[in-house]
Amino acid sequence: MTADSVPQTKSNPQPERLGVPMRKRGLNIIFYVICSVIAVVMFLPFYWSVLTSFKPDNEMFSMPIKWITTNITFEHYYNAFTTVPFGLYFWNSFVLATAGVLLNLFFGSLSGYAFAKLNFRMNKPFFRILLISMMVPGIVTMIPSVYVLRHIPFAGGNDLFGSGGYGLMNSFWGIILPGASGTFAVFFMRQFFLTLPSDMMETARIEGCGEFRIFWRIYLPLTKPALATLAIFTFQAGWNSFLWPMIVLNDPAKATIQMGLQAFSYNYQTDYGPMMAGALVAILPILVLFLMLQRYFIQGIAFSGIKG
Amino acid sequence: MASVNKLGQHQARMAYLFITPTMLLFAVFMVIPVVMALYLSFTNYDVLSSHDWVGLDNYRRLAGDALLWQTFLNVMYYAVVFVPLNLLISLLLAMLLNKRKVGVKLFRTFYYLPTLTSAVAAATVWIWMLHPEYGLINGLLAYLGITGPAWVSQTETAMLSIIVMTLWQSVGSNMIIYLAGLQGVPEHLYESARLDGASRFACFRYITWPQLRPTTFLVSVMAIIGALQLFDQAFVLTQGGPANVTKTPVYLIYQQGFNQLQMGYASAQAFVLAMAILVFSIISMRITKAEEPIV
Repeated sequence: MTADSVPQTKSNPQPERLGVPMRKRGLNIIFYVICSVIAVVMFLPFYWSVLTSFKPDNEMFSMPIKWITTNITFEHYYNAFTTVPFGLYFWNSFVLATAGVLLNLFFGSLSGYAFAKLNFRMNKPFFRILLISMMVPGIVTMIPSVYVLRHIPFAGGNDLFGSGGYGLMNSFWGIILPGASGTFAVFFMRQFFLTLPSDMMETARIEGCGEFRIFWRIYLPLTKPALATLAIFTFQAGWNSFLWPMIVLNDPAKATIQMGLQAFSYNYQTDYGPMMAGALVAILPILVLFLMLQRYFIQGIAFSGIKG
Repeated sequence: MASVNKLGQHQARMAYLFITPTMLLFAVFMVIPVVMALYLSFTNYDVLSSHDWVGLDNYRRLAGDALLWQTFLNVMYYAVVFVPLNLLISLLLAMLLNKRKVGVKLFRTFYYLPTLTSAVAAATVWIWMLHPEYGLINGLLAYLGITGPAWVSQTETAMLSIIVMTLWQSVGSNMIIYLAGLQGVPEHLYESARLDGASRFACFRYITWPQLRPTTFLVSVMAIIGALQLFDQAFVLTQGGPANVTKTPVYLIYQQGFNQLQMGYASAQAFVLAMAILVFSIISMRITKAEEPIV
């Protein structure tokens, strides 16, 4: 990934010179009007849910729409967090997503480094197999993965041959382990390590530096931008994932925020206020992450778009 | 020479050590499941009691499974409407914002925001947006004197609701991909075209569009693959209803496998779906390879 594959804006506000043709100015105005209208349309669902989450019930169910509320209430947030343990769901999702990030960063960069920088006979065959596996859709492995999780030896009451108990079903490990070293993470990190020069490695070897230290101390610190991008994407994927956690976790106390939100909107179908409050709470962490680290988000998309 | 070999051997041993966790997890959670997926589709496995070989029974059964084929038709309808609209809107947005003007970056951020929402949260918000009486959409339509439909509970509009919501959620990221594509178009092509007196439309038709073809192809193939695996939106927004018009293959496989516990049969269904997806994956792989060899 090169920096110039990434959209960049250099906004050079040029001072309005006298004698700018009227036509150009007119076009400029049209441009900003169109852009603003689209921005309003894209932002409207956010505004609508924020508005609803702070509106008292009687204003919510009234027509025409009240676009602004003066009676701001926090009751919906209170209700959302007391009707169901939203705080716990939030924490569960946070733990799962963070574990996913840490493991993917470590294993992904470790094997990405090996595939990019080290010589071994199975380098290309193994990497090809990993690449091909990226084409296997999740739905194929979904059911057999449940079988595998149930029959992991010595886990969840299982014996040596993986029978007798529930294995890793209904456990956080059932979500963390299958995604702990995503193929995309390996691929992404390998592509980045390929862009780094190999002579540092040679020098370090002559100095008697061990292979792991070369990776950990010399190369890994150089990949910080790639790690940041990967971390964000893994976190977002983990935080937003829904189907697999729903299959693995049966215990309501282990539910993720997406599961909790779905169950809430299913069970309390008319409580739109708390529903919107819950949805916003579920969106908020990613939104904050994005506003803090926008650059890395955009780079990641451009990468996945270009490389498929 | 011997020491060089020894060094190489040591290096290789370390390399194998480095990839061990990845390859181990890969074997357990990818290789075994893929092999098992095929095996299970020939059994009547149901978690609890039965686990017998039933030969081609599952495949015979799914050939006559009207609901399964309906779910395929549903996602085909979804894809036929969604994919072209998605391409068109994201390309237009990208072209609109491929400028160096004040505020462009802010607009990009705004258009990108919806892609950050999870499908579940977005669908939750849209349930309320599409509320027949007090929803935002019908409220806006009311200003125009139109009585809006009961979006998610009418067979004619249910899939449309999912399409509109998913468009809102996905045009932002495709816009970024297109922006990257647009910035890869060599500037000199436009310059020489302008010298020849080409109109703006001609520039688009004969330069931009052909130059963006790989991007367009890739974006559409990825959108089709995504469409075939549609689940979250349909599960939360419409619960597959009304009358199964928004039920998708993944939804059906989920119900068959995890509600009715017919995992053998669900595996056969999953395998059929996977074949459909594989066709498109191979196409996308081909395109990527043609552009730039990875290995």
